[in-house]
Amino acid sequence: MIEPVIGRYMRLDLEGRPHRVYFEEAGQGVPLLLLHTAGADGRQWRHLMNDEAVTSRFRCIAFDMPWHGKSSPPEGWHADEYRLTTAAYTGMALAVSRALGLDRPVVMGCSIGGRIVLDLAAEQAGAIRAVIGLQSSAFVAPYYDTEWLHHPHAHGGEVCAAVVSGLIAPTAPEGDRWETLWHYMQGGPGVFRGDLHFYKGEGDLRPKLARIDTARCPVALLTGEYDYSCRPEDTLATAAAIPGAVAVIMPGLGHFPMSEDYAALRPHLLPVLERFGALP
Amino acid sequence: MNLANLPARVAAAPGLARWGRHLTAEVLLEAGDRRWILSIRDGALRSAEPAPAIMPRYDLALRFDAEGFARFLGASPPPGWHDLMALMRRGALRVEGDIQPFMAHLFWFKGALALLREDAA
Repeated sequence: MIEPVIGRYMRLDLEGRPHRVYFEEAGQGVPLLLLHTAGADGRQWRHLMNDEAVTSRFRCIAFDMPWHGKSSPPEGWHADEYRLTTAAYTGMALAVSRALGLDRPVVMGCSIGGRIVLDLAAEQAGAIRAVIGLQSSAFVAPYYDTEWLHHPHAHGGEVCAAVVSGLIAPTAPEGDRWETLWHYMQGGPGVFRGDLHFYKGEGDLRPKLARIDTARCPVALLTGEYDYSCRPEDTLATAAAIPGAVAVIMPGLGHFPMSEDYAALRPHLLPVLERFGALP
Repeated sequence: MNLANLPARVAAAPGLARWGRHLTAEVLLEAGDRRWILSIRDGALRSAEPAPAIMPRYDLALRFDAEGFARFLGASPPPGWHDLMALMRRGALRVEGDIQPFMAHLFWFKGALALLREDAA
C-alpha cells in the first residue's frame, strides 16, 4: 500500500538566508497549513494526511521547519545557536504559503504551532482564513532547566523524548506513543531547546490577544487534558482573552493529539474543519 | 509502602536495563516523612531500602510531597499527577543534588517509579 502523501522540497529565503525546506502534501480543496510541535517534524500529521474525511475537502500541507526533519539548517548553521523567534516563525509560515500559492489557508498548529497561530491571527488576518490551535496558549512559564536538552552529559535524543514522554496521555496507543517520541529522538542537537526559546520566553503573546478579531479570523483552540505544558487552564485563559474564540478541552489526550491518538482527536477536529472549510 | 520487590520488578521490565545501562547512582527517594535509598548499578536496581536515619549518603534526591506521591501511584493517576515532570511543574516533586544522572536516564527513572503503581492498585 502506498499512501497518498507526496513529499517535495522548496527553495526559499527566510530572514534573508537561502533555505531548503521539505514539505508533504495530500488532498485537494481549501488550503490547510499544518505546523508541528517544537523539536519534532511534519510526520506528526501522518494520520490526518491519510484521513479521507479531511483530504477530500482540504489541500493539506505539512512542512518541516528549518533545522527539523528533512529541512536543513541554513548554510553557516555551525557557527550559530538556533533560537526560534516569533518574527521568524510567522515569517516562515507566510513564506511557505506564498511559495505554494496558497489562497488564505486555514492554519493549524500544535504547541509552538498552536502558539504562532495566535500571532498569525493577530497580525496577518488578511493572509489567512482561520486558525486552529492544538495545545495552544499565549505563554508557558519554564518549569525545568532546558539546558539539559542540549548538554554533553546527556544524550540529546533520549533526554528530549523523555522530557516530553509524560505529555502523552496514558491511554494513547503504544505504537503512536513511541512513534511520537522517536521524532523527538531524531531532532538535531539544540533544536528542541532553540524552539523553546520562543515557547517559554521570547514568544509571550499575551499582549497581542486583544488584537485578534475573530470576525476576520476565527479561532478554535483544542487542548488535551493530560498536557501539563500547555495546561487546559492555560488554553481556557487564552480563549477568554479572545472574544469569539472557541475552546474545547479534550479528554484522554495529551500534548500531541494528532500524533499520539488521532482517533481521539478526530471527533473534536472534524466539526471545526467543517466550519472553517465553509468560510468564504 | 514496600519497595522490597522493586529491584525484581525493575529487572523484569522490558527495556529498562537498556535505558539505564550507564546509570550508577545512589538516589534518595523521599515521600513526605518516609525515605529510601535506591542503589543503582549499570541500570540494575541493586536495593531499595529505608534510608538510614543518620548520615544517609546519596548522589541525588527525589523529594515528593506525600499527597503528590500518593496520587502519582494511583492505578490511573489523574491529569497533572501522572508523570514525574508533571509533579515537578506543580511543585509536588523536587529533584536535588547531581541532576545529571536523573536527566541523562529520565526514561529509567520514569519507568522504574511507575512500577510502584502495582502496589497502590
